[in-house]
Amino acid sequence: MSRTSSPASRPERGTPLLAVRDLRTVFHTPRGAVRAVDGVDLDLAAGETLGIVGESGSGKSVLGRTVMGLVTSGPTTTITGSVTLDGSDVHALSSRARRQLWGPRIAMVFQDPMTSLNPVKHVGTHLTEPLRLHLGLGRRAAAERAVELLTQVGIPEPARRAGQYPHELSGGMRQRVVIAMALACDPDLLIADEPTTALDVTVQKQILDLLGDLTGRLGMAMVLISHDLGAIAGRTDRVGVMYGGRVVESTATTALFAAPRHPYAEALLASIPQLTDPPHTVLRAIEGSPPDLVAPPQGCRFRPRCPYADQQCHEEDPVLVDLGQPGVPHRAACHHPLPVPARVDA
Amino acid sequence: MRKVLTTLAELVLVLLLVSFGVFLLVALIPGDPAVAILGDGFPPEAYAALRAELGLDRPLLVRYGDWLLGVLSGDLGSSIIPPQTDVLDRILAALPVSLQLAGMGLAMAIVLAVPLAMWSASKPGGVVDRIIGASMFGILSVPAFLIGLLLVLVFVNELGWFPRAQWVRIGADPIGNLHHAFLPALVIALSELALFTRILRNDLVTTLNEDFILAARAKGMHPVRILVGDALRPSSFSVVTLLGISVGRLVGSTVIVEYLFALPGMGTLVVNAANQGDFPMVQGAVLVVATIYVLVNAGIDLSYGYLDPRTRRAHAA
Repeated sequence: MSRTSSPASRPERGTPLLAVRDLRTVFHTPRGAVRAVDGVDLDLAAGETLGIVGESGSGKSVLGRTVMGLVTSGPTTTITGSVTLDGSDVHALSSRARRQLWGPRIAMVFQDPMTSLNPVKHVGTHLTEPLRLHLGLGRRAAAERAVELLTQVGIPEPARRAGQYPHELSGGMRQRVVIAMALACDPDLLIADEPTTALDVTVQKQILDLLGDLTGRLGMAMVLISHDLGAIAGRTDRVGVMYGGRVVESTATTALFAAPRHPYAEALLASIPQLTDPPHTVLRAIEGSPPDLVAPPQGCRFRPRCPYADQQCHEEDPVLVDLGQPGVPHRAACHHPLPVPARVDA
Repeated sequence: MRKVLTTLAELVLVLLLVSFGVFLLVALIPGDPAVAILGDGFPPEAYAALRAELGLDRPLLVRYGDWLLGVLSGDLGSSIIPPQTDVLDRILAALPVSLQLAGMGLAMAIVLAVPLAMWSASKPGGVVDRIIGASMFGILSVPAFLIGLLLVLVFVNELGWFPRAQWVRIGADPIGNLHHAFLPALVIALSELALFTRILRNDLVTTLNEDFILAARAKGMHPVRILVGDALRPSSFSVVTLLGISVGRLVGSTVIVEYLFALPGMGTLVVNAANQGDFPMVQGAVLVVATIYVLVNAGIDLSYGYLDPRTRRAHAA
């Protein structure tokens, strides 16, 4: 059953790996139905990296967990649509079969390394558990592989660190351990859910670079979830901008940075502080707050905060349409997409 | 290691205070032991002579010093009620009964509480959780003696599954002893079980919401393995603390159960001695129970280091 960690078993780069179709995750709460993910489509090829950007509460973390199958339908949760990973529908599988995906096929890096490691377990144990479970390694072999993994994520003195408890490591080191944990069984797809939000600014870049480096080197596909467009720039092939449980713009990362078409993406880009700004430039924030997912605004969900909104935005809910050039899809859900600035070809 | 040494030093101090407290407490109990022994209508000379014989005419601190020296050399004195048996002998006869009852009762409670709590916590608010929760509250709200009486009526008197004979020493007949101890231990176990289950279930529910549990799930671990291997240890602080308190409490105060099942334990010993004004006996028995209590809780204190490695550092620094 268990796959070896040879690269030969990985789907060839470029073949479709993940297909998400009209995915909806609804939590039934006393306040009403919270539509955390409300009709999302995603495609990811093997070895490709996709950024998901949005504010807190835009549904991006729930999206990640639903794609992984960590959130499933139950008494308080309804999931519709489909998540197909390498040919199998994650939500149609038995829980046993789904557990066999977690680790060797799909793995997750969590947001807060302070809380995502068990305080009473040695660092090494976090790594040997999945190795022994999925790859059937013996105690010795698993321990050796754990040290290799710690080396791979750039932890100095890996053998000594493996015998320590999580609280004896710094935040950045712990996040490296969390990454090593996700990499343990050599997954085809890594979902990194805000992997740097809880870290010091100086460490954030190191962790992001590590993730970018590892996915490139191991040929692993990655979904990088972040509220920070800056974290995604240069590290992902494509990007999806989420707002109110939906993807409102999706295109190549370079295309988004060059010319955002959705006003929300434009506002997000404008809120990144630039080094070239003169000193004391006031940071640009997006006025208002994210939509209430129990009772989203009528029409376009961004309308209450959008400087370009008009009567049509109030009445009609915009759908994603392709506005891009042939061969370069650029999809946005907006009645009044921003114009592409005239290109000055060199 | 250093932690163990400091704990030991603290223990000596605490035990010294406990011994003085015990002595003072017994000395302050209203009623004069000499009067209790002599009964009504005694001549004043006999009273004075008896008080001198018991050492009651000397100052309190002198008597305490005397007693403490005796205790340190293993002499707890002798009973003032005829037959004037040695206090230590009586305690050594009663203590195993109480320790066995408390031990068996707590073991049964923990063995049942852990799986019940895990079952409950695996689906908070679910049918199983509610049924277990309601049953535990039910047990808690019925007094132990009533449960004991019911068990005796059904299993001893009606069904005859368990003997109601004299206590059998574990050394003499281990099977007979366990047979005899099962029902009383069960009575003790039930109320502790209810408490342990509630506490552990609540802590487990909290732990299961932690990120590291989600991370463990995301590694593809089986839910039961996560419950046992990841959630149980970080959730066990309260229940272990409670366990320590229960040991101390149960060793000295299972009077009702002892009475119901005619067991010669510490509870019966203390209550009888107190009724008869047998102060050396009360002092000795309370001191032994208190010592056990303090020792067990020191052990519990040390176990925190195992339960949560983060607490080790605080003491090492």
